[in-house]
Amino acid sequence: MADQVKLFGMWASPYSRRVELALKLKGIPYEYIEEDLSNKSSLLLKYNPVHQKIPVLVHNGKSIPESLVILEYIDETWRNNPVLLPQDPYERSMARFWAKFVDEKILITTRMVSFTTGKEQEQAIEELTEQLKLLENELKGKPYFAGEAIGYLDIVVANFLVFWFRNLQEALGINMFTEEKFPIIFEWTEKLVKIKVVEECRIPKEKHLVYIRTRLEALKSASK
Amino acid sequence: MEGAVVLLDFWPSMFGMRTRIALAEKEIKYEYSEQDLWNKGELLLQMNPVHKKIPVLIHNGKPVCESLNQVQYIDEVWNDRAPLLPANTYKRANARFWADFVDKKLYDLGSKIWKTKGEEQEAAKKEFIDCLKLLEGELGDSLYFGGKDFGYVDVALVPFYCWFYAYEQCGNFSIEAECPKLIAWVKRCMQKESVAKSLVDREKVYEFVLQLKKLYGIE
Repeated sequence: MADQVKLFGMWASPYSRRVELALKLKGIPYEYIEEDLSNKSSLLLKYNPVHQKIPVLVHNGKSIPESLVILEYIDETWRNNPVLLPQDPYERSMARFWAKFVDEKILITTRMVSFTTGKEQEQAIEELTEQLKLLENELKGKPYFAGEAIGYLDIVVANFLVFWFRNLQEALGINMFTEEKFPIIFEWTEKLVKIKVVEECRIPKEKHLVYIRTRLEALKSASK
Repeated sequence: MEGAVVLLDFWPSMFGMRTRIALAEKEIKYEYSEQDLWNKGELLLQMNPVHKKIPVLIHNGKPVCESLNQVQYIDEVWNDRAPLLPANTYKRANARFWADFVDKKLYDLGSKIWKTKGEEQEAAKKEFIDCLKLLEGELGDSLYFGGKDFGYVDVALVPFYCWFYAYEQCGNFSIEAECPKLIAWVKRCMQKESVAKSLVDREKVYEFVLQLKKLYGIE
């Protein structure tokens, strides 16, 4: 029986894009289902009753939610190259640690940067800068976070920094993520965008700018 | 796989208890080092410079941070005995999902129960019980979350039991009344030596919470 793989995702979500990138890197054929988050489908609610969020991977009818859980599932189920997680248990624990750091710390600080202004925003930008510097440190002396080739942590960080955050900062009118401040990360992004499937997973910029601006406006009017 | 194992920990931490249970399940000898969280030592700051938190597992001088990372690391390195994660990849994903659910929900909700009053506390209590009921649903009729065998999700969740008494006292409710199946599961886990010797006394945790409330000026 042929494998049936479906991905419930959303075009502007870095969590969703990272799963697409993993599937494409492994050459796994899949059906993509775009979810309207303001009107979630009954299938999404069936496949992720606990959190009711995207992305959800459905493999031969069995559902796996949570992007980091999905990435490990993909790597363990399809053992072909590229192998995404490091083989060494210590290296693997470090990859997981930094992935959680991105999802639990960096993305939260990014939200603070998006939703605050003035001094509060300045402080959030400072905190985000420190966090990105810590992340950049992990790249020192290596072409990719995973070593010689693209891997799990590269996938986790890629869409967030390479596409999503760059669009966000443009929409917000700030310029904190620059080549001067983060030369090592910028060098890594230059390598990444040359990989065909990474480009294929790019969040379309103009559409994304409109999306971010609309959401920020909606939040501003809601808080008035 | 041999080599010195040190655990930097703090006795009431439900996260530290996870690692203690995993080490005990695998019968790994280690040095337990109690940390003073109000006066963090050099070693802790050096081994976990990013978060400066316990628990930190140090194996052959290298630190592994974050309790679920530590449990997975222990399971992967000492892979010749007492497996914690299932072999089947779908079941592994499911186990990781539920452990992540425990992490995302229980600590923050539990904290709200002892730190707040009135409407905020009521909302936290309700959501906390809803989460426990979801977990009960996942457990179903199995002995453990791991099925017939004690496993990853059991390790992730059972230490929270030490804090239930404190939550109940502060929130004036009974978790056993709402979630009897879960408490029955706790009692099964407590029959395992690895769990019994890793969990701490619930009344001592409550005393600790009362001290914290005094310290933070919470009624």
